[in-house]
Amino acid sequence: MSSSPGASTGERAAAPAGERPPVGALVEVVDLVKHFPITRGVILQRRIGAVRAVDGVSFEVRRGETLGIVGETGCGKSTTAKLIMRLLDPTSGQVRFDGRDITRLKGAPLKAMRRDMQMIFQDPYSSLNPRKTVGSIIGDPFAIHGLERGRAQRKRAVQALMETVGLNPEHYNRYPHEFSGGQRQRIGVARALALRPKLLIADEPVSALDVSIQAQVLNLLRDLQARFGLTLVFIAHDLSVVRHMCDRVAVMYLGKIVEIGPSDALYRFPRHPYTGALLSAVPVADPARARERRALVSGDVPSPANPPPACRFHTRCPKVRERCRTDEPALAPKGSGTEAACHFPLTEQEVARMHVVTGPVRPA
Amino acid sequence: MIRYIIRRLLWAVVMLWVVSFVTFVVFYLLPTAEPAALRAGKNPTPALIASIRHSLGLDKPWYQQYLHYMERLFLHFDFGYSYHYNIAVKQQIFERLPATISLVLGAAVIWIAVGVGVGVISAVRRGTLLDRATMGAALVAISAPVYWLGLLALFLFASDIGKVAHIFPGAGSYVPLSEDPVKWFTSLILPWLVLAASFAAIYARLLRANLIEVLSEDYIRTARAKGLSERRVTRHGLRGAITPIVSAAGVDIGVALGGVILVETVFNIPGVGRLAYESIINADLPMIQGTVLVGAFFIVFANLTVDILYAFIDPRVRYT
Amino acid sequence: MSATEPLLRVEDLCVRFSTEDGVVHAVDGVTFQVLPGRTLGIVGESGSGKTVSALTVLGLTRRMGAQISGRILFEGRDLVALGEDRLRAIRGNEIAMIFQDPLSSLHPFYSVGHQLIEAVRAHRPVSRAQARARAVELLQLVGMPDPQRRVDEYPHEFSGGMRQRAMIAMALANEPRLLIADEPTTALDVTVQAQILALLETLQRELSMSIVIITHDLGVVAEMAHDVAVMYGGRIVETAPVAPLFAAPQHPYSWGLLRSIPRLDTPREEQLVPIPGTPPSLIARPSGCHFHPRCPYAGPECSRIDPRLQPLPDEPEHYVACLLEPQLRSRLWGALRDGATPEQALRRAGEPARAVELPPRAREHR
Repeated sequence: MSSSPGASTGERAAAPAGERPPVGALVEVVDLVKHFPITRGVILQRRIGAVRAVDGVSFEVRRGETLGIVGETGCGKSTTAKLIMRLLDPTSGQVRFDGRDITRLKGAPLKAMRRDMQMIFQDPYSSLNPRKTVGSIIGDPFAIHGLERGRAQRKRAVQALMETVGLNPEHYNRYPHEFSGGQRQRIGVARALALRPKLLIADEPVSALDVSIQAQVLNLLRDLQARFGLTLVFIAHDLSVVRHMCDRVAVMYLGKIVEIGPSDALYRFPRHPYTGALLSAVPVADPARARERRALVSGDVPSPANPPPACRFHTRCPKVRERCRTDEPALAPKGSGTEAACHFPLTEQEVARMHVVTGPVRPA
Repeated sequence: MIRYIIRRLLWAVVMLWVVSFVTFVVFYLLPTAEPAALRAGKNPTPALIASIRHSLGLDKPWYQQYLHYMERLFLHFDFGYSYHYNIAVKQQIFERLPATISLVLGAAVIWIAVGVGVGVISAVRRGTLLDRATMGAALVAISAPVYWLGLLALFLFASDIGKVAHIFPGAGSYVPLSEDPVKWFTSLILPWLVLAASFAAIYARLLRANLIEVLSEDYIRTARAKGLSERRVTRHGLRGAITPIVSAAGVDIGVALGGVILVETVFNIPGVGRLAYESIINADLPMIQGTVLVGAFFIVFANLTVDILYAFIDPRVRYT
Repeated sequence: MSATEPLLRVEDLCVRFSTEDGVVHAVDGVTFQVLPGRTLGIVGESGSGKTVSALTVLGLTRRMGAQISGRILFEGRDLVALGEDRLRAIRGNEIAMIFQDPLSSLHPFYSVGHQLIEAVRAHRPVSRAQARARAVELLQLVGMPDPQRRVDEYPHEFSGGMRQRAMIAMALANEPRLLIADEPTTALDVTVQAQILALLETLQRELSMSIVIITHDLGVVAEMAHDVAVMYGGRIVETAPVAPLFAAPQHPYSWGLLRSIPRLDTPREEQLVPIPGTPPSLIARPSGCHFHPRCPYAGPECSRIDPRLQPLPDEPEHYVACLLEPQLRSRLWGALRDGATPEQALRRAGEPARAVELPPRAREHR
């Protein structure tokens, strides 16, 4: 057993090299749609509408990068993650993983594919079975996929994983409640890493943790990504955390991507008014700058069961014009590095007036 | 809301039809006493039995009998004639219903009032001696069999045989409300208490558990932070904890209205429960059908009432 | 502090709970004050004692079986010594409170109007109709669109932001002198958070009330607070006006908080410096300084001596409870602010020896 955990899981059937693009996208999402039906009726259920959780989303996740998905309640970011993981079946659209269409995969091929993508969840308290030892939680993926057979061998593999994520391997036989929140999230990370996945999806991995613990987990994720060449999809509502973690960021609003692009470009010069509004709304831990800002958008996020027509942000947009109510804008490059779905993207003066606070980009 | 009620009522009709059908089929498929033989007296001739069978329509195939029954029920609201008493089932049931309704509704008032009162006090003073004492008593009340409790009550307090005091009229003293309200009331006091005892205990425990949970809710903290008095805070809590009590009460009252066999028997009250019991012993199919349908009707109706009440208790519930 | 009489002065407040596992020292000798018309921000993590302190000010921990000592002086009255009835007359009247989750904090079965009317009538002898008019007026005040109609709606019919506005309206029903806001925006989306924070600031100006805002979010504190108290393990470890606290924080825990969060205004690639370890148990508390097991700069004296909150020599309004030399602290913070790790900071501050003494667990998580 080498020092890298799960390294002996190498017997997976390698696809012919020619089928896989060596670089480029690991995940391609094409026009993905997920509607949850709303039904009424006691015995006979009639469909009276749908929550349009994800409503036509296309993007790609490049190998080795971290893609952030950010947005407010009901924007569809978590649903998107579950669709990629195939924990939900899409209403329409396609998910391609490693060059292969996995949208309709079932049974054994789906199980095999799941080895390559893992997820960590927001709540480290409820996502771990309280009646299992940490050793068996982390070792579960081995058992499910019939790897690392034999007690001693599996224990060695699990302890190597625990070491990797900064847990004391001697705590192999302890139960989740004996660990703190940050340590439990490490357990979740170790379990996700057991099968050496290519893709790791982290859904709000630190938002349930105390401030002082968050950085421990964020640093761990970054270290592991560098060490194992992971591709990471990082979902969060906290824009500062997303900026810190991600190479590229997609901003979602009511089931649509409104802006997507490299972090630096997106945070420095947001083009969609929603991105600008989000950024200007983040409180900054600097009293000198905090008092001067706040370009407010009014109101709450509308219900995804009944989203506004055309541009979905038009009900709250400070720049709204007639066209925005009738004509849905498509994602398109706006000449500053990002693609935005907006007829009237923000100008540099407008961004300056919004007091969007962005720190300097340190030269690489 | 109206549309919801109409839909539910249609479903209720379907439910009642299914119940009637199942009862009918069960009666015919399971071995039972021959109703005609029971009516024919001692040592009947086969010819007499055959003629009784013919007069009761028992010689026709069961489905024809059923169709005939349904036809009379739907077109004339006629439950047929009792094999045993030879009077209309409808008349018999309607004569017995007031006694059962008096018994059940009176007891329900007691058990809800006592259950809610004790539950609230226990929850608010939880952990105190009072709480532990009442909850212990409640456990006893739940465990005590009704007939035992009834006999004990008669044994101790009945005016004829009471060992402790001759306070309340004993068994068989029931008189209808229309005849003598005072006598009606006094004769029902013991049956009410006996029927209410275990229900009150169950409700007290249910409400206590619920209220303790609700009292730790954030909105109770808000109520205190507003400076409301503890009385009002408790009212907020009760409002949040009452839903399961309402649904339990609805179902329990509905079931009880279909007949409270044990209490009616112990206190010799001429109610629907005893009627049902007697008709089973007598293999009196029309009467069994009638009492079962009445019982089913009350249960279905109680469930509907509970669901409608929900919409008034909990504004989040919307029916369309 | 300033010559103005404080509206609220909490002195040496201790709140303890007896549990099966032992005595929980939730609040352990806390002293702070709130000046009229100003905002005090209390920052800390879960278990730091910030919420328990606030609930105790309102007397809401009494029935949780808390043992309370110390003094809570509000306009000259000691709330700790006050009887329940007199305290209730103050709750929701002179001091009001709003909570983190507006959905669970509003009664689901009563209309918003009913709950507002109740808040008014709890302290004023007004008719139902007058109270209702006041309820509509309050909803208008907190920026509720169409208040005439919405007053009869139920909490579940409101969006998250509107619910918190309704909570604020309820708190303002009797024009309190002091509003305690416990994580008022934590459950809200960021755009709605900005609206609610702006609303609180406007209301504070218009009604000239004092605010205590409790939060774990340093950004919210920087924006809202005039004065800041940093709590750790049931104690205040540092308190100062907002500007010096962010410009020259003195306590290693404050440094840890500031350096462990990603910020929009720092370089994107800057490495986060987590605070090692986990928050302390409030039952079996660490010896000496409560923070010393997690402190990268702690010396041997820190595990023995429990530092008192003391003013800085040249900043009378800036208090810190730390045994490190003031000069060393300023050198360390200087290095940390420029992106150094704790080890680098110690080396640059001329104290490499302490870097070597780092406890092994503390090093591991970096």
